[in-house]
Amino acid sequence: MTKNLTHLQRLEAEAIHIFREVAATFANPVMMYSIGKDSSVMLHLAMKAFYPAKPPFPFLHIDSTWKFKEMIDFRDSEADRLGFDLRVHSNQEGIEQGISPFVHGSNTHTHIMKTVALRQALDKYGFDAAFGGARRDEEKARAKERIFSFRNAQHSWDPKNQRPEMWKIYNTRIAKGESIRVFPISNWTELDIWQYIMQENIPIVPLYFAAKRPVVERDGMLIMRDDERMQLLPGEVLQEKMVRFRTLGCYPLTGAVESDAATLPEIVSEMLVSRTSERQGRMIDRDEAGSMEKKKREGYF
Amino acid sequence: MSKLAHIETPVAQSAAEEISAYMAEQEKKSLLRFLTCGSVDDGKSTLIGRLLYDTKLIFEDQLAALQNDSRKHGTNGEDIDFALLVDGLEAEREQGITIDVAYRFFSTPKRKFIVADTPGHEQYTRNMATGASTADLAIVLVDARQGILRQTRRHSFIASLLGIRNIVLAVNKIDLVNYSQEVFETIVKQYQEFASELGFKTIQAIPLSARFGDNVIGPSENLRWYEGPSLLQHLENVALDDADTTRPFRFPVQFVNRPNLDFRGFSGTIASGTVAPGDEIVVAKSGKASRVKRIATWDGDLDIAGEGQAVTIVLEDEVEVSRGNMLVSPGSRPDVADQFAAHLVWFSEAPLIPGRSYILRTETDQVTATITDLKYRVDINSFAQEAAKSLDLNEVGVVNISTQEAIAFDAYKSNRSTGSFILIDRLTNATVGAGMIDFALRRASNVHWQALDVDKSSRASQKDQKPAVIWFTGLSGSGKSTVANLVEKRLAALGKHTYILDGDNVRHGLNRDLGFTEEDRVENIRRVGEVAKLMVDAGLIVLVSFISPFIAERRMVRELLGDGEFMEVYVDTPFEECARRDPKGLYAKALRGEIKNFTGVDSPYEAPEHPELHLKTVGRTTEELASEVEKLLIDRGIIFNFDQSSWSI
Repeated sequence: MTKNLTHLQRLEAEAIHIFREVAATFANPVMMYSIGKDSSVMLHLAMKAFYPAKPPFPFLHIDSTWKFKEMIDFRDSEADRLGFDLRVHSNQEGIEQGISPFVHGSNTHTHIMKTVALRQALDKYGFDAAFGGARRDEEKARAKERIFSFRNAQHSWDPKNQRPEMWKIYNTRIAKGESIRVFPISNWTELDIWQYIMQENIPIVPLYFAAKRPVVERDGMLIMRDDERMQLLPGEVLQEKMVRFRTLGCYPLTGAVESDAATLPEIVSEMLVSRTSERQGRMIDRDEAGSMEKKKREGYF
Repeated sequence: MSKLAHIETPVAQSAAEEISAYMAEQEKKSLLRFLTCGSVDDGKSTLIGRLLYDTKLIFEDQLAALQNDSRKHGTNGEDIDFALLVDGLEAEREQGITIDVAYRFFSTPKRKFIVADTPGHEQYTRNMATGASTADLAIVLVDARQGILRQTRRHSFIASLLGIRNIVLAVNKIDLVNYSQEVFETIVKQYQEFASELGFKTIQAIPLSARFGDNVIGPSENLRWYEGPSLLQHLENVALDDADTTRPFRFPVQFVNRPNLDFRGFSGTIASGTVAPGDEIVVAKSGKASRVKRIATWDGDLDIAGEGQAVTIVLEDEVEVSRGNMLVSPGSRPDVADQFAAHLVWFSEAPLIPGRSYILRTETDQVTATITDLKYRVDINSFAQEAAKSLDLNEVGVVNISTQEAIAFDAYKSNRSTGSFILIDRLTNATVGAGMIDFALRRASNVHWQALDVDKSSRASQKDQKPAVIWFTGLSGSGKSTVANLVEKRLAALGKHTYILDGDNVRHGLNRDLGFTEEDRVENIRRVGEVAKLMVDAGLIVLVSFISPFIAERRMVRELLGDGEFMEVYVDTPFEECARRDPKGLYAKALRGEIKNFTGVDSPYEAPEHPELHLKTVGRTTEELASEVEKLLIDRGIIFNFDQSSWSI
């Protein structure tokens, strides 16, 4: 006899159902692949959802050109290993303008190299549905968002007028030019993600594990100097520290935490006693209150 | 680089053991999904904030941000305002209200919880319903000073309608009534009186103060007279409905997985029951039988799978199955019907109108549907049944629905997954309603079409013509009937069998009982469409001349008819010109306010987006306009292209 599903089995089944729903009802879906641990879990779930077939959609990475080098290596090796259709897009105008988080600040950088780049890529390929790995436990605006989240032709989100989302019945209908962002792991928590990574042996970027890395303390955060583009300011010193990352993004905007956790069980145990939330290491959310909502309305994931 | 380097790294044995023990414990935890509901300002968000805070789920950085926010937007003076933890939207924080449902997560050593914090304002009822549709339990909050309010009843009713069987009646702000046992008991009595009709399995009443934490996590010194559990104790211990393995097997097919010629599997989530290789199944809509060959998953084939599992089923035989169909147990099959009765919650500003067509979507199926009958509306306060012609935003009614094709379903009370549906507006794609199926209407399954030996094409060929509907739409006085009359004369001269349906011969007889409200206009067009369809079946060329102001109804008629049988002719005369002509003196009256619901004055006209023919009438003669219609009929093969001279009469 079957027994009741565990918490994680229920979450996995829900995510697989959502992946299949999109593949069955949209003409041109895409999965946003950001290389982080949530993307690794999403990739794994997508492989499961369509087994024995491959996921019937491409994987899109928006490369701001400021990602950690190890992330790019990991991305390419995963695409080789699993054989999915990887597409990479960068905002060429932004590159020509020399947009840099160090010079232009996190807001401008994120807007031009991520939000605008994303809109360019969606328009270029005409994707009508895009999977994202956002979770509702990450941030207050995300806690409010539907699993199937409607975007108008300008890719923006209207938080005050979301479609009701009843049961497992998803309204996937859109007019030309409109699109839907789909979040299969909406109901997962950070702990669920780690637990699932352990249970399923899912590969993740080594930056999540503690190692000696060159870091600089800046604005109360430990920033890893990943390449020459990071200039030291007066009074700053480059130090070798045992650090790891709880989230991954553009290296100048992602704070490391000092840690000795070099294995999955150590990471989980560190997380269980942690008193800060994982997004704390991200400059994006600190700029102003409600900043995530604002970015989402503009088209950010 | 070794892909699994991190897993193979040796770890301190104790840490690893400790964590795997912890993980094993996590694995055993059950999951409870609940929502908080109730009226505005009853403290729903505050209660969730308190639960998160007291179960240590709030991180330091979040707490710091919260203290900042509390000073800026908070309503508790210098104290932390917990509501700001969950009210994540800017508009919500500014207005101090909850607009949309927020999902929060916490766990205790016993259980994991997913909480839907839902808005109290009546205008956001649809967001409350969203939270309720996936919940196992509802916490209904009541402000001890206010007692049972309209929203308390509405939310309890909707929770009951959506199949929630466990209720916690949380009498909040008990501190503001001096922890009074009497106040508590009065409210509980009131609630039980009206809730007795709602079919709840358990109602646990708890006095508490979300702001100060009394009775939230543990017992309170201030409430020594109360002997029941605290809120969290109850949430940890309330019995969950286990997956009932004796329910019949239901597998709505989501996706046909066919990577190559050797594999053809049906992917979906098991809605109820269990399935194993060798089991006999039938395809719900066709009744075709087969056996399960494999249950394929990434983790290997399964020996058995049950409710809630997302799997891919391979059958022994090549049977026709596509998305929207269902694999079911042969001994207990779902209904397959195109007419059924259902409860409906309406979500849209635009009212539900019987006769209008919508898109109906079940978990995996999608069909065009029409509300054929609004049997009654339910009064949220008294639960009384009231006669109604339409359903407005947030209203609940019982309806009969007719779908263009049969769908497979169960009654909602026996299966939430296979008994539910949503309605989608065809123009805006908005989700406008949610339905729970009560039962199939038997006439759908028992009244079969009489197979006739003489059919439409034989009748038409006897008349040497191709039947069709030419639908003239436009404002009153635009010239529809004038053009239609001339076209009919010319067709008659060619020996064609025609008939004109217009306001004069229909409104005085068949539709004498209908007025000019939006509902009646919809019904008017529906009947005209059905009559036109019968006439096409009889082989006639039907000329219909009706204002028919709404796109949705014209499309409904188009869909009643076969491909190429419906031609929309937009008789386009500007409003000012119609009002100037005013052949029946109606515009003058309407503009004086003597006629209500007059199209173009106080009732809208939705111009066709893609008519087969767009006739701009200004500056043109009736003869020219009629010739354009004739040209259309020739182009569409309805009549043949004779020498133009033979057309003159």
